[in-house]
Amino acid sequence: MSPDEDLSAGIATSGPGKLLAVTTPLILESGSVLAAYQIGYQTYGTLNADKSNAILVCHALTGDQYAADTHPITGKPGWWSSLVGPGQVIDTDRYFVICSNVLGGCLGTSGPAEIDPATGEPWGLGFPVITIGDMVEAQVRLLDALGIDQLFCAIGGSMGGMQVLQWAAAHPERVFAAVPLATAPRHSAQNIAFHEVGRQAIMADPDWCDGDYITQGKRPRRGLAVARMAAHITYLSEPALHRKFGRNLQDRPRFTYGFEADFQVESYLRHQGNSFVDRFDANAYLYITRACDYFDLAAEHGGSLAEAFRGTEARYCVISFTSDWLYPTAAAREIVHALNAAAANVSFVEIETDAGHDAFLLNQPEFFRTLNGFLDGCAKHRGLSWR
Amino acid sequence: MAIGTDAVQFDMVERLEPGGLRTDLKLIADLVEPGSRVLDIGCGDGALLAYLAAEKAVDARGMELSQQGVNACVRNGLSVIQGDADNDLTAYPAGAFDYVILSQTLQATRRPRAVLADLARIGRRAIVSIPNFGFWRVRLGLLAGGRMPKSALLDHSWYDTPNIHLCTLSDFLSLAAELGLEIERAQMLDRTGRPYHFAADSRRANWLAEQAVFLLRRSIG
Repeated sequence: MSPDEDLSAGIATSGPGKLLAVTTPLILESGSVLAAYQIGYQTYGTLNADKSNAILVCHALTGDQYAADTHPITGKPGWWSSLVGPGQVIDTDRYFVICSNVLGGCLGTSGPAEIDPATGEPWGLGFPVITIGDMVEAQVRLLDALGIDQLFCAIGGSMGGMQVLQWAAAHPERVFAAVPLATAPRHSAQNIAFHEVGRQAIMADPDWCDGDYITQGKRPRRGLAVARMAAHITYLSEPALHRKFGRNLQDRPRFTYGFEADFQVESYLRHQGNSFVDRFDANAYLYITRACDYFDLAAEHGGSLAEAFRGTEARYCVISFTSDWLYPTAAAREIVHALNAAAANVSFVEIETDAGHDAFLLNQPEFFRTLNGFLDGCAKHRGLSWR
Repeated sequence: MAIGTDAVQFDMVERLEPGGLRTDLKLIADLVEPGSRVLDIGCGDGALLAYLAAEKAVDARGMELSQQGVNACVRNGLSVIQGDADNDLTAYPAGAFDYVILSQTLQATRRPRAVLADLARIGRRAIVSIPNFGFWRVRLGLLAGGRMPKSALLDHSWYDTPNIHLCTLSDFLSLAAELGLEIERAQMLDRTGRPYHFAADSRRANWLAEQAVFLLRRSIG
């Protein structure tokens, strides 16, 4: 039996993706209430009889639920298809993998681009501001609907890593293992600053229409593209940019002495910006970046990060990447020290790479081998057999 | 800095027990009660941790400076963090482990006194092995040769040695006493890990032992 067949009513398959309609209100951290909402998600593999082999993949800022299958808009392979799939490190022959679009997102889950059932109009800026904690609570409802009491593992990078930390802190009994990758226990002033540049770029675009662009039949493409270009630089490293582009010129023998994309790096960034706007909603970008900015796990626990993990029985594997300056190793080490203070079972590895923050999305053999060993060890402790 | 594979250069001439474990590590393993919680600092490729987990059902955790070492451990399903004794012990709460192991590494730390105090704080017991700088060949090397001693156990030149805080057995014992640590057991060894049968605080031990393993705990009261 497929894991979906025994679910209660409310789960339907819409187009290429799965949808869960939730009618129990969600009380958000802001105090607002989301009366009803939906969650777009994908699953891979088969849930075993005692429902002990589920892995929740938490996606990053501009990711989505299509971790391991073709993206419905871009037609490209899933963003983590090098890691998730049959015979891969997150082996879908062994594990049941769930990936859901975050609350506030724009690919099926309720967010500012979706229709507000109360008005029949797109939410726009009427959508309540959400937090990482709210995203996780929505995922909790999805797991409830799937009948999964405890995840074998919650894994994710960047903002996905924040969700993993939030899962471990807020629902320790529901996580057997946690893998926060390339992430931090709080958003730093620098992180917030970069996000603010992105938001200001969007809001400066006249086509943003004070957030009301959908009803006015417009899209703030330029603003969103600039936001993506700026953010994209933070996902890479200086050595990687130099290695890829150097000062090479784009299809031209010499400078044009103008403001076209003379350099390859400019052309690359413009491409990144332009292709992003085809698959992402500008208001969703505002909401999700805001959710990251508000994230500070220690602050929620009286200023002590260790307190967030007190009594935790989960097994942790924290991974950082040497050239990641957005969520640097120092931030990962803070998580590790807090876990040590909570006497948690934790592994911590810093992977050497020049790929920058994006390294967690790339096929990095050392990263994959380490993760594979960690998951195998956890599977043994959990008593998971091969199918 | 300083803990990790480099420090192992100071290690004894390698000898393996029938189980495949190095003689000095087997000796340490024998000091550990089954089913206990252990932190092995400078755990290398995790040989001791794997042995303790498999043979003694120990909840085994490790710390290692080298990325290759950590990755090898985690790949093998061991819980190991990248870190070192100077910087990464303070976060642990008191009594977090039954045993904290520091093998042939104390001499490579920046602040051995603080490290030793931390070991005894976070572990109910600490197992520490050290090379003996009072060993007669070392003394003779300096006395007769007039140069910084080099030997099988001390094979670095003075300018590139990771072993920056060498001590004699007597030095170690007096630091332990100063920190209020009780020596529960002490084992003197030659370079290959073969045991000598003299007391740790004897003059003979300080002249003849090339290294020693101590089982320590905070004195009661």
